[in-house]
Amino acid sequence: MTMSPSWHHNNLPTMHSSTMPLSKSSYNVLSAFCTEDNVPRCISYINQEMDSLGFSSACIEASSTEVSGGLNTVPALNSMYELLQMQRRSQHCLQEQEAESLKSSSALEHLQITNSRLKDQLELSKRETSGLHEAERQLQLKIKTLQNCLKTEKDEVQKLQSIIASRASQYSHDAKRKERESTKLKERLNQLLVEKRDKKLAIDVLNYLGRADGKRSQWKTGKVEARHEGEMYRSLLSDYEVRHRALMLENVELKKVLQQMKREMVSILSPSPRKPCSSFRDHVEDSLELSTRSPLRDSTAGSDRDKEVGDCSRETLDQSCEHAREQLTNSIRQQWRRLKSHMERLDSQECVVSSASLVQQSQQRAGKELVPRQIHEEEMERMRLEVQQCKDFIQTQQQLLQQQLNSPCYDDETAALLNDCYTLEEKERLKEEWRLFDEQRKNFERERENFTEAAIRLGYEKKAFEEDRASWLKNQFLNMTPFVDRKRHSASETQHALSTSSEPDMRIPSTPARLTKSRTYTAFSTPKAVAGMPSTADLYHTLRLIPDSSSSSRGSSKRGSWQESNIIHSREDSRVRSRDRYGGGDCCSIFSLGLEENSLT
Amino acid sequence: MNFSEVFKQSNQLCRVSPDGKYLATCVQYRLVVRDVNTLQILHLYTCLDQIVHMEWSSDSLFILCAMYKRGLVQVWSLEQPDWYCKIDEGSIGLVSSRWSPDGRHILNTTEFHLRVTVWSLCTKAVSYIKYPKACQKGIDFSRDGCYMALAERRDCRDYVSVFVCDDWHLLRHFETETQDLAGVEWSPNGCVLAVWDSCLEYKVLLYSLDGRLLSTFSAYEWSLGIKSLAWSPSSQFLAIGSYDGKVRILNHITWKKVTEFDHPASINNTKAVSTLSNEYMSGAFHLPYPVQRHLKNCLAYSLSEWHEICPLPVQVPVVKPDLDRANPKVGVSSMAFSSDNRYLATKNDNMACVVWVWDMQRLGLLAVLEQTSAVRCFQWDPRRPRLALCTGNAKLYLWSPAGCVSVQVPAEGGFQVQSVTWHCSGDSLILLGKEQLCLCYMESRGNNYFVIKFAMNNHLDV
Repeated sequence: MTMSPSWHHNNLPTMHSSTMPLSKSSYNVLSAFCTEDNVPRCISYINQEMDSLGFSSACIEASSTEVSGGLNTVPALNSMYELLQMQRRSQHCLQEQEAESLKSSSALEHLQITNSRLKDQLELSKRETSGLHEAERQLQLKIKTLQNCLKTEKDEVQKLQSIIASRASQYSHDAKRKERESTKLKERLNQLLVEKRDKKLAIDVLNYLGRADGKRSQWKTGKVEARHEGEMYRSLLSDYEVRHRALMLENVELKKVLQQMKREMVSILSPSPRKPCSSFRDHVEDSLELSTRSPLRDSTAGSDRDKEVGDCSRETLDQSCEHAREQLTNSIRQQWRRLKSHMERLDSQECVVSSASLVQQSQQRAGKELVPRQIHEEEMERMRLEVQQCKDFIQTQQQLLQQQLNSPCYDDETAALLNDCYTLEEKERLKEEWRLFDEQRKNFERERENFTEAAIRLGYEKKAFEEDRASWLKNQFLNMTPFVDRKRHSASETQHALSTSSEPDMRIPSTPARLTKSRTYTAFSTPKAVAGMPSTADLYHTLRLIPDSSSSSRGSSKRGSWQESNIIHSREDSRVRSRDRYGGGDCCSIFSLGLEENSLT
Repeated sequence: MNFSEVFKQSNQLCRVSPDGKYLATCVQYRLVVRDVNTLQILHLYTCLDQIVHMEWSSDSLFILCAMYKRGLVQVWSLEQPDWYCKIDEGSIGLVSSRWSPDGRHILNTTEFHLRVTVWSLCTKAVSYIKYPKACQKGIDFSRDGCYMALAERRDCRDYVSVFVCDDWHLLRHFETETQDLAGVEWSPNGCVLAVWDSCLEYKVLLYSLDGRLLSTFSAYEWSLGIKSLAWSPSSQFLAIGSYDGKVRILNHITWKKVTEFDHPASINNTKAVSTLSNEYMSGAFHLPYPVQRHLKNCLAYSLSEWHEICPLPVQVPVVKPDLDRANPKVGVSSMAFSSDNRYLATKNDNMACVVWVWDMQRLGLLAVLEQTSAVRCFQWDPRRPRLALCTGNAKLYLWSPAGCVSVQVPAEGGFQVQSVTWHCSGDSLILLGKEQLCLCYMESRGNNYFVIKFAMNNHLDV
């Protein structure tokens, strides 16, 4: 042990801290420990050490016999192993210790930090408390001063109040004094006026008037006074009477209302279920009494008293005596109370009965009495069910509608079905409309055909007319009539020609529209032309589908020229149509067209 | 609605005779009597000085003209234009003159309220009533003209004397429990006399005709009290308007408070309708007189745009009064019941632009009529429940339960309506300007076309 402690000390940390290679190196360095010479010494030293460490003493024996100083290897190795084990254990332990010390050091650090923080906080709060203390002290000082102030103010208020009071008293006193003075002055003034006999004070009337009521004025006597009193009291009395009457009326009204209320109360409550126990008295009472009191009776014990009260109330309702009033109010109050309790009981009954099991029970128990109630319940249940069904139905409908609305292109089976459902009606309506429309169209077509026929005929007529005119003109030219007269003659001829053309027109009854229309054109054309001109215009309207109103309104302004253009158009139209069938009249119509255009421009 | 031409007038002196046939106007010192229907001058009287006060006698036969400065009263007869009567109060002076209900006596109050002189036109007799009190309403005649109540002051105490007007017999004389009596007013049926204290104390005393104290009512203490008082025509209600901006309604059986109408600055009563007369829109409707005549149908149409029904809640313009000065503009200063007792119109002085109409059946607020300027005067039609009001501009405003309307007075030179008075038939209105007057004829035939179909009920349900 004593040997080279420094070495030992130096060695230990390295041994502990270093690992195997380090120990190897240390072995190399410290190889001086055991040499060939000092083997036994070393062995003994080791043994001593081993001993001291608690290993078996004879662990390492030097084989003294051998010079080479061989070591008894087995125990040496054993001890070595043990040493190594021990070393490992201690190292492990050391590591643990180190970790622990690290942990504890960190904890310590943490604690120190918290400690310092807490210290800071403590400091701060200490400062704060001191500040608050200071503030409190100041506030208390303030309070003290304020209290002083208040005291002085209070004193002042009191003083002022007393001053006010004294002032008020003084004022009232002064006012009174002043008033007295003024009255005195007034008195004096009055006196003066009376004494002075004011000359100016006068009434100047031309002649005196009669009294408004025509009577003469009366002397002031006791009788008059009594009369006045009487009249006054009479008017007062009449006023009171009026008021009394009004009150009576009101009272009667109120009573009526009360009675009605009672009656209605009774009528409302009479069909309500009665307790079977009370039914034994039913046969005794007449129907009226039954209706009056049966709903108000709730138990056999109370029924006697109820009967009394009910009678009382019924009587008191009729009489309006003073002494009955209290009874009346009492009875009403009582009845009201009973009504309330009755209603409450009814409510509770309903609650009980509503459960199905109790319905059964009551059915069994009460039998006849509860039948209506049961029926009622059933009915209610049925209705509720129905309502529920209806609600469901509505909801599904709503849902479907929503679906349809949300996804119109949503191509589902149900959606299509729904669509179908919703559009079916519309389809039908459309079909109906379509049918009507078709009919209308057919009618129109028929009419158009008629018109075309008429137009063709008109074209023929026109042609005839043109021919006629041409021939006439030819004749004119041939006869060498003066050119100036031409216009007049032609006009007359036109009339003539139209008159002739109107004749075949009249023969066609297939155009009723133009006949009705013809009235409107009378003002603008000669009577002969009436039949011919509007018919073409109408034709045009019908063919071009121009509304009548516009044509008539427009026509009024520039009727003549427009109509003529109509004629041209219609002629053209008819010409085109007629050309297919009546090719022969082509050149003639062209000629007439040009002539008409000339007349237009 | 038609308007007459404009006439001259001075001192706002224009009165319709009690029988409704004549219209008397004063122009300086001249008194002009016209026929109400034709407006032709029937009589012209010339007084000695500028007329200050003018009054018809109850039988519409005489007109009293008072010239206070001269202490003179002149009476003219309609039946005998030559007849004259001149009363000279002499050196004592005159502050007030009025007819007695029989139309044969004249009550003159002398200066300093020294006495009331009763002049008889029948006998030339003169009698004096001493110690009349100078107050808000010191004399009141009962509606039937039988009794006169007179407030008196003797030995610093208030008294009330009840006289029989027939022969000026003192019927009752009693002391009232008032500090400083401010007024007396008979109920319309003449059986109850309401006596109220000055504004320093809220106190109403109700006396029976025979001097018994029926009841006393006081709503509060230590604050300014009653400002105005009004009986309902049926004598059923007594409305008391006070400086706290509230109207308290007493009933005639127990003389207890039935209800209390407040005049809040913000109205959120769902049952009330607030209308605002809109000046800017009304400018679009300005028509000369001849056109106005033929505008019956158009009028009803275009007038409906003049008024705006405001959505609730409504803020009413409030003027903060200067409480340090005398007679502060606070409190309910004027109240009037409609002739059918159905409605009560009130005006609170610090909301001068607003007239409040209360429903007396429902005892609640019915309408709030907000004008653009301060309301000068309002009066109910004596026959129908409709209210006429003016604000000192060139318009006349009318309200009825069916709606409201404003009409421009078609007069040249800016006719500013200062006050309105109904003719007793309710068919026409007399509008008084500063120096002019004009009559406004209601079309009473058929329904009132001026009444706009506001679909009021819809608004009531809002």
